[in-house]
Amino acid sequence: MSQIALWGAVELGLVYAFVAVGVFLAFRVLDFPDLTVDGSFPLGAAVTAVLIIAGVNPWLAACVAMVAGAAAGIVTAMLNVRFKILNLLASILTMIALFSVNLRVMGKPNVALINADTMLSPFFGLGLREFYVRPLFIGILVLVAVIVVWRFLESDAGLAMRATGANARMARAQGVDTNRQIYLGMAISNALVAFGGALFAQTNGFADVTSGVGTIVVGLAAVIIGETLLGARGILIALIGCVLGSILYRIAIQLALSTDMLGLQASDLNFVTAVLVTFALILPRLRRGGAA
Amino acid sequence: MISVKNIQVVFGKGTPLQKQALNGVDLTIEQGSFVTVIGSNGAGKSTLLGVLAGDVLPSAGQVTIGKTDVTRKGTAARAGLVARVFQDPLTGSCGALSIEENLALAAKRGEKRGLMAALGPKRREHFRERIAELNLGLENRMGDRMDLLSGGQRQAVSLVMATLAGSEVLLLDEHTAALDPGMAEFVMNLTQKIVSERKLTTMMVTHSMRQALDYGHRTVMLHGGEIVLDVAGDSRKELQVEDLIAMFRRIRGQTLDDDALLIG
Repeated sequence: MSQIALWGAVELGLVYAFVAVGVFLAFRVLDFPDLTVDGSFPLGAAVTAVLIIAGVNPWLAACVAMVAGAAAGIVTAMLNVRFKILNLLASILTMIALFSVNLRVMGKPNVALINADTMLSPFFGLGLREFYVRPLFIGILVLVAVIVVWRFLESDAGLAMRATGANARMARAQGVDTNRQIYLGMAISNALVAFGGALFAQTNGFADVTSGVGTIVVGLAAVIIGETLLGARGILIALIGCVLGSILYRIAIQLALSTDMLGLQASDLNFVTAVLVTFALILPRLRRGGAA
Repeated sequence: MISVKNIQVVFGKGTPLQKQALNGVDLTIEQGSFVTVIGSNGAGKSTLLGVLAGDVLPSAGQVTIGKTDVTRKGTAARAGLVARVFQDPLTGSCGALSIEENLALAAKRGEKRGLMAALGPKRREHFRERIAELNLGLENRMGDRMDLLSGGQRQAVSLVMATLAGSEVLLLDEHTAALDPGMAEFVMNLTQKIVSERKLTTMMVTHSMRQALDYGHRTVMLHGGEIVLDVAGDSRKELQVEDLIAMFRRIRGQTLDDDALLIG
């Protein structure tokens, strides 16, 4: 694997770290199996791309993308909390609706951002080579996001959200409005995922309506790889695990695809993903079995 | 003070399984008074506790806690007024959070929760002191996850949690039923200490007639969703478990066939 390919994998891993942290919030903190992300990731990309082409500042465009993602999360939460639709099904409904929404937003299946100014543009030409600048820039954003989410989850408000996912009855007895926590958590989770989509569009130079397919698997893969490697040792470690898992996942994929010996090609990506996630799921069991 | 007036609760209304769980219950518990509630399975004692906690909203009647009418308020909305310890130790605390995080969660019961760190040094020290009073050695395990504790330890911590936010009403839902006899006694003694020290207005639902007479100032017996016995003062002091059973028979005019009631 060339150095450019390696740093490319790291960069993509960092972009998807936002997805991983969002998925962690929904699946692990709120215990809400949320597939909305398959729609909110391309939604973030679509909103950003369309706005940038319309001349909006790329940072502002990413912020609007986050708001759009939050709105998608709130729709899923509402279907579940207000209308009592099973959480998984509620998220699938939102996801499928978002496919059409994303097409409407872009007006066509994909939008190119060639030569448009992005959040990264000001940092090119500062002397550092481009394939270093990209992961460095995104890495700093990831660092900020991890710190903010970490501090939130260890605040009084964050404890209420964690209790909602872990023991809703107890949370209510402690005065926590668990429904509101689900709204809030789903909004934050999907806002993060949409921001990941916005970064994806800006770093890859396009938004595509199909780019959301399998987002949830990638996000879960990152969360699970992180847990497998670092174990359950508090919120900060879990969040670092999400980021690390996301990067390692991309490097593993890159390795698998670039090793000629295996004879894999790009179209085998989903199969490789499934094998990797399965492996990450089985590994903790094997380890425990070996110790016993 | 707690007061319920003419409470009606019907489960499964309009279905073949319709059940009148509470039928016109009137009960006032004065400030600082400790009332024990007994009754057989299905007598309505857990429903009554649910009505006070907010889990069950009555179809008619009025519920007042302190000076606030909470009849239509849900559990979370009235949590600032009532503290509660559940029967199942797993329900009352959060296994995935640490001991001190559970305490931090309980300390903000009924208050607005902000973005400040839940565990500052001052709060940590305060929690540590409160847990040290239990003499269970848990003060050295404040960062341990709650699910590493035994059922009895969890109930003891739950009792501390119930006192952190400073509400005046405590609801105990057979909170020693799931514990071994030794731990049950420890938790009951702790309950007694906390209730008298903090002058809490307390309602304890129990299956044990012995407990019902040994603790508190007043004993209420429910049957078929109605209060059938309400004793306090000297007449309660002289009461034995056997008398309670006899009284129960006389009032209801029927034979006792529920083994659960006989367990001293």
